[in-house]
Amino acid sequence: MAAIEARGITKRFDGGGGAAVDGIDLASTDGEFLVLLGPSGCGKTTLLRMIGGLEPPTAGDILIGGRVVTDLPPRARHIAMVFQSYALYPHMTVFNNIAFPLQAAKLPKETQKQKVGWASGILGIDHLLDRKPRQLSGGQRQRVALARALVREPNVFLLDEPLSNLDAQRRASARDELQQFQRRVGTTTLYVTHDQVEAMGMGDRIAVMDQGRIRQVGTPLEIYDDPADTFVATFLGSPPMNLIPDGASGLLFGFRPEHFVPASDATGDDAVRFPFHVHRTEYLGAERLLYGAVGETRTIARFPANADLPIHVGATSEFAVRRRDLKRFDRETGLRRDQIRGIG
Amino acid sequence: MSTSAQVVPVAAGVDRRRYWLDREGVLGPLLLLPTVVYIIALVGFPLVLAVLYSVSDATVGDQSLDFVGLRNFRAAIGDGTFRVALRNTVAFTLVSQLIVMLLANLLALVLSADFHGKRLVRFLVMLPWTTPVALGVLGWLWTLDNVYSPIDYAFRQMGLLGPSIGPLRVDNPVSDVVRWLGLGSVFGTGSNVLWLAQPALAQLSVLLVHVWRTLPLATVILLAGLTAIPQDVKDAANVDGAGFFRQLFYIRIPLLLPIMAVAFLYGIVFTFTDMTIPFILTNRGGPVDSTQVLASWAFIKGIEGGSLGEGAAVAIFLFPVMAGVAALMLRLARRTETS
Ligand SMILES: Nc1ncnc2c1ncn2[C@@H]1O[C@H](COP(=O)(O)OP(=O)(O)O)[C@@H](O)[C@H]1O
Ligand SMILES: [Mg+2]
Repeated sequence: MAAIEARGITKRFDGGGGAAVDGIDLASTDGEFLVLLGPSGCGKTTLLRMIGGLEPPTAGDILIGGRVVTDLPPRARHIAMVFQSYALYPHMTVFNNIAFPLQAAKLPKETQKQKVGWASGILGIDHLLDRKPRQLSGGQRQRVALARALVREPNVFLLDEPLSNLDAQRRASARDELQQFQRRVGTTTLYVTHDQVEAMGMGDRIAVMDQGRIRQVGTPLEIYDDPADTFVATFLGSPPMNLIPDGASGLLFGFRPEHFVPASDATGDDAVRFPFHVHRTEYLGAERLLYGAVGETRTIARFPANADLPIHVGATSEFAVRRRDLKRFDRETGLRRDQIRGIG
Repeated sequence: MSTSAQVVPVAAGVDRRRYWLDREGVLGPLLLLPTVVYIIALVGFPLVLAVLYSVSDATVGDQSLDFVGLRNFRAAIGDGTFRVALRNTVAFTLVSQLIVMLLANLLALVLSADFHGKRLVRFLVMLPWTTPVALGVLGWLWTLDNVYSPIDYAFRQMGLLGPSIGPLRVDNPVSDVVRWLGLGSVFGTGSNVLWLAQPALAQLSVLLVHVWRTLPLATVILLAGLTAIPQDVKDAANVDGAGFFRQLFYIRIPLLLPIMAVAFLYGIVFTFTDMTIPFILTNRGGPVDSTQVLASWAFIKGIEGGSLGEGAAVAIFLFPVMAGVAALMLRLARRTETS
């Protein structure tokens, strides 16, 4: 096992305008589950492929276990990768798929058998070993891909949106299994996703990426409670953080919808008040959303569905946010202007 | 007096006829019609005619069909030239296509890599396929000419061909090296190889031209097959620690096999039925019928010799192989459809 580190890593594709990955510094700790989160096209896959050695970086270095591997081919890096498509070998049985890395390492046949048995046992696919990939369901394919990654006990797991091909129900349980599995084997894992729920639920830490840059690295709690800029603030959370321009300070005030409550409920004098004009309410089973505006700015408030609210659509009432739930951002750069805990 | 009473339902009456082409029961047969007519007129009818001719005594002069049983087939098989033609057809087809498969794999592998001038090289590789067969074969006829062959000229200049003593001996640095290697005059001491005048060399020449002609198509088919292998699968093999040869033999070639079969079958169709190459290159299957093939022999017997019945009987021997190839192709197509 080993930590992963990227130092000033940059990738420019031929002909493409800007950099797909733009000078990223990122380091995992040994055994960590680190999630790379960002919108589609922000460069997550490119960064992962550079770490895996499938794409040569334009500049910068990759380190695995403290060793510079930038110029080493993938097979010299002792990593395992799970692709979004799973990339199983379609003409081979499940057994041969899982054994392929072992065959490439020229291990004796007996050892291969033993290790395939071990890996397929952990993932609960020992009864599928004679099948071909096309005879498997999406979830089973994903496990085969994981078993193939696990079998040669790599230094590092690299996973590129491995759950995106599963249906919603299957995804929730796979998320759980995958995280438990990683805890058990304890291998440093870099997990790419564009799904904030996956990121929040699975990661020891999350690195939020946008347009080829890392915006913030921190625990799920830090990222959610203390976003480093307006991008992170609005990318995480559903609905996203409200951002309201403040005339007096020239800053943007940011607060989560669940922290936006009627002024009568915000006791004490540490609350900041806003007049909230409600356009529409929405019931979502467990919670209720109020859509409206503060001044000209669209704003959303969130309550438990059973909350007793003296609110009328079309009316304006006093709402408030506790001072410690209020974040301040620069209107030009979008960066935080007050104290934050998670560091970018 | 309400206007709504005069509104006619949209689908009723006149309007409906405007959409008759949208009905599958009408459009389907209509679109199929040209294909059906084409197949009946240009495939079905000639095939039936050939079978009828082969069991009749029809000649170019007298096309009345008098049934003679299997007489034409017995005559054909009893003929020594027919047996040579049959053997040649099978041998030319199999040997040339095996060579083509080997070369096409190598070429496709090279051409799928990234290098400067790749487009130009691909274009050049395709050229033999785009040239009309007869024109291409004429080019080879000159290249392999018994007197003026440029290949012979090159051999002579290298000292590989021609006398090693006397006034006609060629001396230059290259020929010195060749002679020092003990390869002086390996292709004979005469001034020409006589490619098309000796049976074995003439057969080799026909084979060579078959390879030259079908290699481009096979290469392009395999190239398409190579690009169809998902990048992820190749990446996975890379990450899994497979080197070049392991990737080649365990990933690429196995995944390419179905498409290789397609290329192979196409090649078989083109070489098995070809008569242009022996007809032009070796002047109708010469020397002394040593490069005769079924298609050319059927033409010589049936059309030039005027014996339609015997010619048809010879041509019928092409049928089982073609039918087998067609069946295999359909099976491959169905397999790729369902997988
Ligand atoms: N092989 C390539 N050639 C050119 N541009 C590419 C290539 N791969 C990715 N890109 C570009 O790089 C950017 C980042 O892509 P990618 O890393 O796949 O994003 P993500 O995985 O976050 O969705 C995109 O703008 C994409 O168009
Ligand atoms: Mg991606």
